[in-house]
Amino acid sequence: MAWSFLAPLVILNVVVILGPAIATVYYSFTEWSGIGPAEFVGLENYRRMLTDSEFHVALLHNLIWLAIFLTVPIIMGLFGAFLLSQITRFQMFFRVVYFIPYVVASVVNASIWQNILDPERGIGPTLAKLGIPWLNGIAFFGSQRLALPSVAFVDNWHWWGFVLVLFLTAMQAVDKDLYDAAKVDGAGRWQQFLNVTLPGIRPTLVFVVLMTIIWSLLVFDYIYIITQGGPAGATEVVATVMYKEAFARFEAGYAAALGLGMSFVSGVIVMIFLYLRRRGWEV
Amino acid sequence: MRSISISNRRTSREPARWPYYVALITLAFFALAPLVVLVFNSLKSSAEIGRNPLGPPLSPIFSNFPQAFTEGNFAITMRNSAILTSGTIIGVCVIAGMAAYALSRLDLPGAGAVLLYLFVGSAVPVQIFLVPLFFLWSNLNLTNTLIGLIIIYWALYSPFATLLLRSYLVALPRDFEDAARIDGANELQVLTRVVLPLSWPGFLTAALVAGLAAWNEFFFAITFIQDDNLKPITTSFLAFQNQFSRDWGLTSAAGILIILPVIVLFLFLQRRFISGLASGGLKG
Repeated sequence: MAWSFLAPLVILNVVVILGPAIATVYYSFTEWSGIGPAEFVGLENYRRMLTDSEFHVALLHNLIWLAIFLTVPIIMGLFGAFLLSQITRFQMFFRVVYFIPYVVASVVNASIWQNILDPERGIGPTLAKLGIPWLNGIAFFGSQRLALPSVAFVDNWHWWGFVLVLFLTAMQAVDKDLYDAAKVDGAGRWQQFLNVTLPGIRPTLVFVVLMTIIWSLLVFDYIYIITQGGPAGATEVVATVMYKEAFARFEAGYAAALGLGMSFVSGVIVMIFLYLRRRGWEV
Repeated sequence: MRSISISNRRTSREPARWPYYVALITLAFFALAPLVVLVFNSLKSSAEIGRNPLGPPLSPIFSNFPQAFTEGNFAITMRNSAILTSGTIIGVCVIAGMAAYALSRLDLPGAGAVLLYLFVGSAVPVQIFLVPLFFLWSNLNLTNTLIGLIIIYWALYSPFATLLLRSYLVALPRDFEDAARIDGANELQVLTRVVLPLSWPGFLTAALVAGLAAWNEFFFAITFIQDDNLKPITTSFLAFQNQFSRDWGLTSAAGILIILPVIVLFLFLQRRFISGLASGGLKG
């Protein structure tokens, strides 16, 4: 009886996620175009990953992306949440405002910033007219050097407010007496933040860091929408390489190996997460 | 003596609040200014955008909205997105509701293992199942169908909704259900007549989160639907934007048509949205 209530969930999961995930393991050992039979080639795809410079560059971009998202939104979120936790008036208003970008669809978000960062009509030329020429004529998404951080900037615009709200919720649950005790000991705001707030929200912080790690290895949407991996591969990440291998180059076997390689990294991180939870970091 | 001097210092050092508000307003400007620019541009003609690309419209026009609606095929793509979203919501609520009920009420042996699996499963990367799933779906003729995409959304969003609803149900007292069972109700009747009416806030939260995810979803939509008549608003907007890339007035109006329903709903139900999204951690 109880299992029949669970059956739809379990069957869907097996058909859509678990079954294909197991098939990925099999196909990663084959040469397969996606249609027709797959030919078993042993470790060939994995050997190819070791020598595929496109994959290595993409992996490096994922790591740069990870470094950006482990710092910028988390610092913005901690900073904003701490300020917000210190005030009472308009707290709800600011919380709602910061959260709005998170519900904006990625395609619309990308379009907004493509307009604002346009080298001919965007913020650069507008500021130049006001006498601030620093950003004038810069093609943020068209430059080899700037494209990756620019796309990350766009993604971050919709992400940092969500992180802020997570931190704020956690900060509001920190015992007020701890702050009072710190004040009695003469701690200033900054010391209170370091010694009371940060330890108090540690589980949330760990959760955000782990989510960031997993999603930075998977990032796809914003890059595919804004630059498609360009210019000249400057924003190629593993997910876009895998997508091209599977659906443009008909190398589904190799794409499976790429997906599995990245998932292995994510899996290791989930294991660390579960280990930390078992050690009592209730999240 | 000491305590007196400290309390004196505290009152004298109680910091002014205005620097906090300056910083918070700066952050709010960063969050909202791009959306304000979007609204401005949606009210401008092409000629005005050429002269005044980011500022407020000097001679506002509204014709971009009807034009974007027709040129962007919004009658069809909005319908597709509405079908995807409502189909996802209904399915997720049914699937997750049943599962959460089983996990919280029916004393299932192995419930802990199922919960662990759901928790791990919600962190499973798309990359690990995408390629075989795509070719499985094309063999089953489920690519280029809305139901094919809805089934994927069910599978993706039900685990999160199950965990959310389960935590909701665990907190509900069982007395009413026990009373109904004594009166001879079977499990299905207990679920539909007693548990559902008591737990609707949990279902509303799950529905909002799953609905938002389906409405905004891009990756699976662009992979599984190529037929222009079946595309949801997100992927059709991308094609629309590529077609009219220099007509910012038109693309901005189309963008507003996509995000306005979501933002309005969010403003009305923001507490529920925020608590649901914060608990699930779905990357939008």
